[in-house]
Amino acid sequence: MSAVRLYTWQRLTAVLMVPLIAVHLIVIIYATNRGLSAAEILGRTRGSIAWGLYYSLFVVAASIHGAIGVRGVAREWLGWRETALDRLMWIFGVVLLVLGLRAVIAVVAL
Amino acid sequence: MSARPHTTGYRGDRLWLAAMVHRVSGVLLAAFLPLHFLVLGLAIRGEAELDGFLQWTKSPLVKFAEIGLVLLLAIHLLGGIRVLVIENMPWRDGQKRMATLAAVAAVGIAGVFLVALL
Amino acid sequence: MSSAAETMIDVRVWRGGEEGEYQSFSVPRRDSQTVLDVVTWIQRNADPTLAYRFACRVGVCGSCAMTVNGRPRWTCRTHVSKVVEDGRLEIGPLANLPVIRDLAADMSPFFDKWQKAEGTFVPSRTRHEPLETISPESAERQAADAAIECINCGVCYAACDTVRWSPEYFGPAALNRSWSLVNDVRDAGNLKRLAAAASNGGCHNCHSHQSCEQLCPKGLNPTASIAGLKRRTMQAYIRGEIS
Ligand code: SF4
Ligand code: SF4
Ligand code: FES
Repeated sequence: MSAVRLYTWQRLTAVLMVPLIAVHLIVIIYATNRGLSAAEILGRTRGSIAWGLYYSLFVVAASIHGAIGVRGVAREWLGWRETALDRLMWIFGVVLLVLGLRAVIAVVAL
Repeated sequence: MSARPHTTGYRGDRLWLAAMVHRVSGVLLAAFLPLHFLVLGLAIRGEAELDGFLQWTKSPLVKFAEIGLVLLLAIHLLGGIRVLVIENMPWRDGQKRMATLAAVAAVGIAGVFLVALL
Repeated sequence: MSSAAETMIDVRVWRGGEEGEYQSFSVPRRDSQTVLDVVTWIQRNADPTLAYRFACRVGVCGSCAMTVNGRPRWTCRTHVSKVVEDGRLEIGPLANLPVIRDLAADMSPFFDKWQKAEGTFVPSRTRHEPLETISPESAERQAADAAIECINCGVCYAACDTVRWSPEYFGPAALNRSWSLVNDVRDAGNLKRLAAAASNGGCHNCHSHQSCEQLCPKGLNPTASIAGLKRRTMQAYIRGEIS
């Protein structure tokens, strides 16, 4: 995939995730402060459309961002070729996306 | 006779380190993310499964690892903001100070998390 | 220095090509002595077979860059007092380039990449047309001027880890030049140039470590130039001008 295309997606997802991560960090600190428990987490998320959308968006952005990032590191540090790199990126991205969306369903669906 | 040694005196410089920390934190987060999703996915099989895992996270070692993860996320976030600022804002001097500030802020966030945990 | 007992510098100099070894010389310390003075002293007084490159000796030609105590420097304008560590200097050829012999690196890959980055001016007028008047105060001209003082010394190229890790990467100097031309209103080659900047060897390789900026002897800021290229190529990509 072309360098400028990868770059554009990488940076757009990065900008998108800045507020998402800020919220995530606040929630983490808040939740652990009250003692991390499944009931606590699920009580907040189950049936919540807002949290469902938030986490879905987060998962999609993180999958794209992470997959492109891993591709870049493999390119520089492992010296892989373009086709292998593209394959790595797609596989890693799709795995992240599937696992991530499954997790969102797990914590949001009633 | 031996091969020419790598000359990399610039490597310890603060901004070089900032870029390296950003990369390493990114790789570690990428490695952790599938596990994170798998754990949350436990909730699919019911609250008890997830709680069983969260119970395990009460052990000191896991707590320690968690602090590390929050630190990683904070570091990668702040390092990323640094990159976005460099690439998209009018150039400014004092980049080194910015890198240091980012590091301090990341440690600060991890500190707050630590306090929350204990 | 006029004192009877001369202070000496312990100088280690790379001898050979890719394979070789450091050779030690003891060189008398002088006031206002540059690293190039040290190298020249060795060649004139200790070993005339030492190969190195220089021309102007005043920071104009860009031919004297070497690795000095681990960092690339223009040797004719680098004072020994600035870089000496415990009375020691280690001098080698520029990194990230093939070695011809001793301290002379082969600059061809460096200049080849200027070409690949479309770092040459493409006139928009012929010699038969009147000269274009450009105000030095205009924003475009100032943007072009900011990056223009490059002397092609290769210091930034040798200081860039991304060049080391991605051999196809054009490197800071070529892209800095490209940015200067992108801002030059008289130039007509931007589409090709932006396509080159967006290619696999182009600006998106750069991780903004700013090693290039820290070490550029002319005080240029290739990182900022490359950031400019990143913005322009992204715009061109979104507009569908490049892919
Ligand atoms: S800022 Fe970019 S060009 Fe400069 S040393 Fe780092 S990667 Fe190389
Ligand atoms: S940008 Fe600076 S360091 Fe790089 S070649 Fe030009 S003058 Fe030398
Ligand atoms: S000899 Fe010309 S720049 Fe150093």
